[in-house]
Amino acid sequence: MSVTQVSVFIENREGRLAEVSRLLSGKDINIRSLSLADSSDFGVLRLIVDNPEQCIQVLQENGFVARATPVLALEIEDRPGGLDRVLSLFSSNGINVEYMYAFVEKSHDNAIVIFKTGDNGRALDLASREGIPVIRGEALFSR
Amino acid sequence: MESSCWQHEIETMEPHALRAMQLERLNAVLARAAKSPYYGKLFSQNGLGRIGSLDEFSRYPFTGKQDLRDNFPYGFLTGSLDETVRLHSSSGTTGIPTVVFYTPEDLDVWTECVTRSMYMTGARKCDVFQNMMGYGLFTGGIGFHYGAERLGMLTIPSGPGNSKRQIWFMKTFRTSVMHILPSYALHLMTYFPEEGIDPRRDLALKIAFIGAEPHSEGVRTKIEEFYGIKAYNSYGLSEMCGPGVAFECPAQEGLHVWEDHFYPEIINPETGEVLPDGEDGELVLTTLTKTAMPLIRYRTRDLTRILPGICSCGRTHRRIQRITGRSDDMLIINGVNIFPVQIEKVLMTIPEIGNNYLIEIVKENFMDRIIVKVEIKPEAFGGRLEQLSALQHRIADALHTDLVVSPVVKLVEPGSLPVAEGKAKRVNDLRNA
Repeated sequence: MSVTQVSVFIENREGRLAEVSRLLSGKDINIRSLSLADSSDFGVLRLIVDNPEQCIQVLQENGFVARATPVLALEIEDRPGGLDRVLSLFSSNGINVEYMYAFVEKSHDNAIVIFKTGDNGRALDLASREGIPVIRGEALFSR
Repeated sequence: MESSCWQHEIETMEPHALRAMQLERLNAVLARAAKSPYYGKLFSQNGLGRIGSLDEFSRYPFTGKQDLRDNFPYGFLTGSLDETVRLHSSSGTTGIPTVVFYTPEDLDVWTECVTRSMYMTGARKCDVFQNMMGYGLFTGGIGFHYGAERLGMLTIPSGPGNSKRQIWFMKTFRTSVMHILPSYALHLMTYFPEEGIDPRRDLALKIAFIGAEPHSEGVRTKIEEFYGIKAYNSYGLSEMCGPGVAFECPAQEGLHVWEDHFYPEIINPETGEVLPDGEDGELVLTTLTKTAMPLIRYRTRDLTRILPGICSCGRTHRRIQRITGRSDDMLIINGVNIFPVQIEKVLMTIPEIGNNYLIEIVKENFMDRIIVKVEIKPEAFGGRLEQLSALQHRIADALHTDLVVSPVVKLVEPGSLPVAEGKAKRVNDLRNA
């Protein structure tokens, strides 16, 4: 049920991000969401794309360090307290959120947030049990 | 009239008398060296004995840094430890360091050479001397300290760093003579404006001794102009004694090698052939008077030449040009000696990084900075930033522990560093770029 995120090591050097987007564009890979965690020298680019396997392959072929990371995609009500419901649930059950970032949505009432937790399996069970919609990988691209 | 020489008779000795003295001292030091396990075996195996002329000296083999390491710690000692009173170690080396030992006589000669050098530049007992060089195993600080005290100067052992306090000492105690790394002299300049001090107007500085790292004439001029002083180039190495081996006189045209204590030769670093005065090559030195640990034909790896002719100052001891480089790959980082292989050894113990690396040396605020770029291994990438930062810190800590200096570690993508083709270019020195 988890979604495959592509994690890429990015050196803080001119043109490296542009190189990623150029490669993905060349293979018609669509980026649905991304986040960048960085220090002054390097960063980790996190991508949700429609074809993660092909994405990792094309990046590796071009010298990038890239790997698949399982993450959760949860649908969250776009109203005050929407995010809090999920985070409180994880917190009270001892699940650590390592990082999270939101999807850019065009016309939906709900927001989609990507979570990387210390225990994705339990986080998934908890979300399902609480009726929080969990989005499958393929579904992310058919909306 | 006061002489400009500390030891006038020795410093202005007739060249032929100086050569005769050197031949006599060479034979004495060869006999002394033969008492050490290393030279004793080497000389007897090769049937080496007295020499009848200075030209015959080239029959003797060279001594290298590796020989010192291979015979660590006591292989070069000529007597018992009872006779030795001091040990120094050359800066920055890892694993087996090179150590040198001194008898009280050795310390006396060393101090005499430093005193003579300082006196030559015009330092007198009425001066106040601020010694901003490192004290400890490094010979730079202690060597000058004892020389300054023998000369009779009020000596401030301030050591390096703590820039605001250095300036405070200079101002408060009217420092007139200072000993400082050239790179630090440049760095210190940036502190004067915020302290509201103009060194030319507000301080009593007149002389600086700069050494322990190669520097250009341009750097000297910059230092002289900013501080309103004369800056004199100092040359030495712990294997000989420390600073005081060769020093600039007021003519500032080369450094006089104190030939009553050190015998200089210039060789072709590739063939070992001795070159005539005036030709560029590697400086080879022999200690003429050392007792605890004499070194015969020691390859300094420093590139220079002997300047032909007698100096306008009247001293007869031959002069070497300022050091122009090294015949090995040793790096001098803010006065600390580092070999690239030391960095490589540390990197090879870190499993998460590949074998390719690049050492960059840059100037930041006039100080040297080492940047070590390493490629991360794809399989070591877990997708988390914290993990990468932790790796970066772990490598930096390991390098610091081994090198004393603190390099900046940069993680780069595999394949982004220049690929080793034959002899890999591992060092990119951008300091003079």
